[in-house]
Amino acid sequence: MAMTIEKPQHQARATALVNARLIDPASGLDEAGGVLIADGKIAAVGAKVTQENVGDGELIDCGGHVLAPGLIDMLMFSGEPGNEHRETLATASQAAAAGGVTTIVCMPNTDPVIDDVALVDFILRRARDTAEVNVHPMAAMTKELRSEEMTEFGLLREAGALAFTNGKTSLANAKMMRNVMAYAKDFGALIIHHLEEPTLSEGGVMNEGEVATRLGLPGIPREAETIMLERDISLMALTGVRYHASQISCRASLDIIREAKARGLPVTCGVSINHLTLNENDIGSYRTFFKMRPPLRSEEDRSAMVEGVACGDIDVIVSAHDPQDADRKRRPFAEAADGAIGLETMLPAALRLYHNDEVTLLTLFRALTANPAKLLGLDAGRLHKGAPADLVLLDLNAPLVVTPERLHSRSKNTPFDEARLQGRVLMTLVAGRRVYNYAD
Amino acid sequence: MSIAAAATEFSFPHRHLLGIEGLSRQEIVGLLDLSEHAATLSRQVAKKRDDLRGRTLINLFFEASTRTQSSFELAGKRLGADVMNMSIRTSSVQKGETLIDTAVTLNAMRPDILVVRHHAAGAVELLSQKVGCSVINAGDGGHEHPTQALLDALTIRRHKGRIDGLIVAICGDILHSRVARSNIFLLNTLGARVRVVAPSTLLASGIARLGVEVYSSMWEGLKDADIVMMLRLQRERMSSNLVPSQREYFHFFGLDYDKLACAKPDALVMHPGPMNRGMEIDSNVADDARSVIREQVEMGVAVRMAVLQALARHLPND
Repeated sequence: MAMTIEKPQHQARATALVNARLIDPASGLDEAGGVLIADGKIAAVGAKVTQENVGDGELIDCGGHVLAPGLIDMLMFSGEPGNEHRETLATASQAAAAGGVTTIVCMPNTDPVIDDVALVDFILRRARDTAEVNVHPMAAMTKELRSEEMTEFGLLREAGALAFTNGKTSLANAKMMRNVMAYAKDFGALIIHHLEEPTLSEGGVMNEGEVATRLGLPGIPREAETIMLERDISLMALTGVRYHASQISCRASLDIIREAKARGLPVTCGVSINHLTLNENDIGSYRTFFKMRPPLRSEEDRSAMVEGVACGDIDVIVSAHDPQDADRKRRPFAEAADGAIGLETMLPAALRLYHNDEVTLLTLFRALTANPAKLLGLDAGRLHKGAPADLVLLDLNAPLVVTPERLHSRSKNTPFDEARLQGRVLMTLVAGRRVYNYAD
Repeated sequence: MSIAAAATEFSFPHRHLLGIEGLSRQEIVGLLDLSEHAATLSRQVAKKRDDLRGRTLINLFFEASTRTQSSFELAGKRLGADVMNMSIRTSSVQKGETLIDTAVTLNAMRPDILVVRHHAAGAVELLSQKVGCSVINAGDGGHEHPTQALLDALTIRRHKGRIDGLIVAICGDILHSRVARSNIFLLNTLGARVRVVAPSTLLASGIARLGVEVYSSMWEGLKDADIVMMLRLQRERMSSNLVPSQREYFHFFGLDYDKLACAKPDALVMHPGPMNRGMEIDSNVADDARSVIREQVEMGVAVRMAVLQALARHLPND
């Protein structure tokens, strides 16, 4: 029942994308063919959509490249309102479009916090007026994210909040979490929770272990994550709420998720692109662009995350896009802000797993499209007649060197600075409209 | 051989001294040899040299220090540099900005060498990226304090004639100690057997991976040790529940004659200072004939002269 404020339709003429390799994880489709678009929606999909039978519509030859549903990123921060110098919905959406992301779900960590119907409405209207891609807000589950008072779940949900979260912190009070979960269940609301037991992680700035010890930095043990995850799963079993662990970062968490899923509990989890492609060694000598929460863990943990995506136990890949200006990053490591941008690099970085033969293309796209759509109740993320024409055209093999100055995000805190990636977004369409074209 | 001759003989191809980790055995031994000459010079009546004449050395201390700051000042002056001391107290909110802003400001004054102490690990390296002069780390958070490790090694070598094969027990607050880290890196590089002795609450995670043997009993950790190196325990460790009380800590981890008896009879007792007598070390042990704590201070000046000399060779000329 996700609500959006409709964009006006620009599309009168039909458009056909032909000669593509169609990838649709929702249906398991991986075959040559095309997509016909009419009125912003997918009118036909498959081998029958070819140059010969589209009539007088616009024709786009995909050159054999991958045509897939646009990505849905369910964990990203925008600076609007309150920190527009870091990112606006407009700049975030440009970065998203350039990264093949057609739907972004923004976190409520804004100023003011998205904890009120009026703020949800503000985001939807600003998005309609300024954003190139679909934007949905998540709402705070406690007022001002202070973990003290519950927000109006029912009204917020009616206004268009897709899910409820406590932002970058865990709701540490177990009784309150129980109440939040029980109340959310009545509204069918999804709880998305950051995992960090604050009394255990207090003072920590990176993964606990040898690397932190060498650098003389206080560590965050993996147990800060697993304790919170186990508590949440217990409370979830008690209340029956739909629960999504926002990001996991270590093998022990993956084991807990597996065990809970085996018990039939409605738990899902996400992992950030950073935790799939980077590890604590990348911090090197205090590189603050690699400082994030949860912290980058060991290589063993990173490969466990990849394994989790490959076998489907990790449901969703997120960008965890978190724009920070240079002032907040150019500080001693312990005093620097957490977070990395990722909207524009998520897809090419994720393709590393495909090129390394660790995850199949369908599985990778499932975690980036169909799974988040299903979790959030969005009518998107699939190549299906009647679905919105949110699409990405992708050259799987084109080499790409990440140049921060060329990224669309207003902040340049990318951990992929100068990284060599393989895979380039050629075109992104939202409701049939071209919002990014590499050729331009 | 004169100090100048010694200085030209070994190669120290670094612009900064930010830590011990990454230095080679030859570089460390070279610095120690150079320090020996500086120690000899410092015992003469005429101590003054002109190696750094015309050069400006700024002591930039974001954290209080007595002996490190004064020994850098003395070392700089003995080598003929102009020395300026800056102590900067910062509010916790503005720490970051102050560091970069201060670096840029000081750089505009065109110093040749900056000696920096800061409460945050990595801060000195960050600062070194923003200035055009040589930077010496005089202690950065819980990371490194390279000149302390060098002066400890010099003191040991003068008494034992070698570092290789010695058993060195580093005891106390390993978790927060930059002195411990620099010493572990240096002593391992020079072939000592390094032990750390502390309650588990004061041990850093994964410390054994740094190449040390880990003990939680002083009586076991000190067995047959050649060197007993005590670390300062700050009082706030009690309030943060890392140790329950001073008397319990002293009973189990303070260096007294009973525990010292486990070490070799000619073991050296060391402490980087400032000491908490009755907390981590018995007052009589601190003043015992086996204690070289005062000599460590003397060697501090010599080592800092040597470091300044080694770096000065790479300073740009007109």
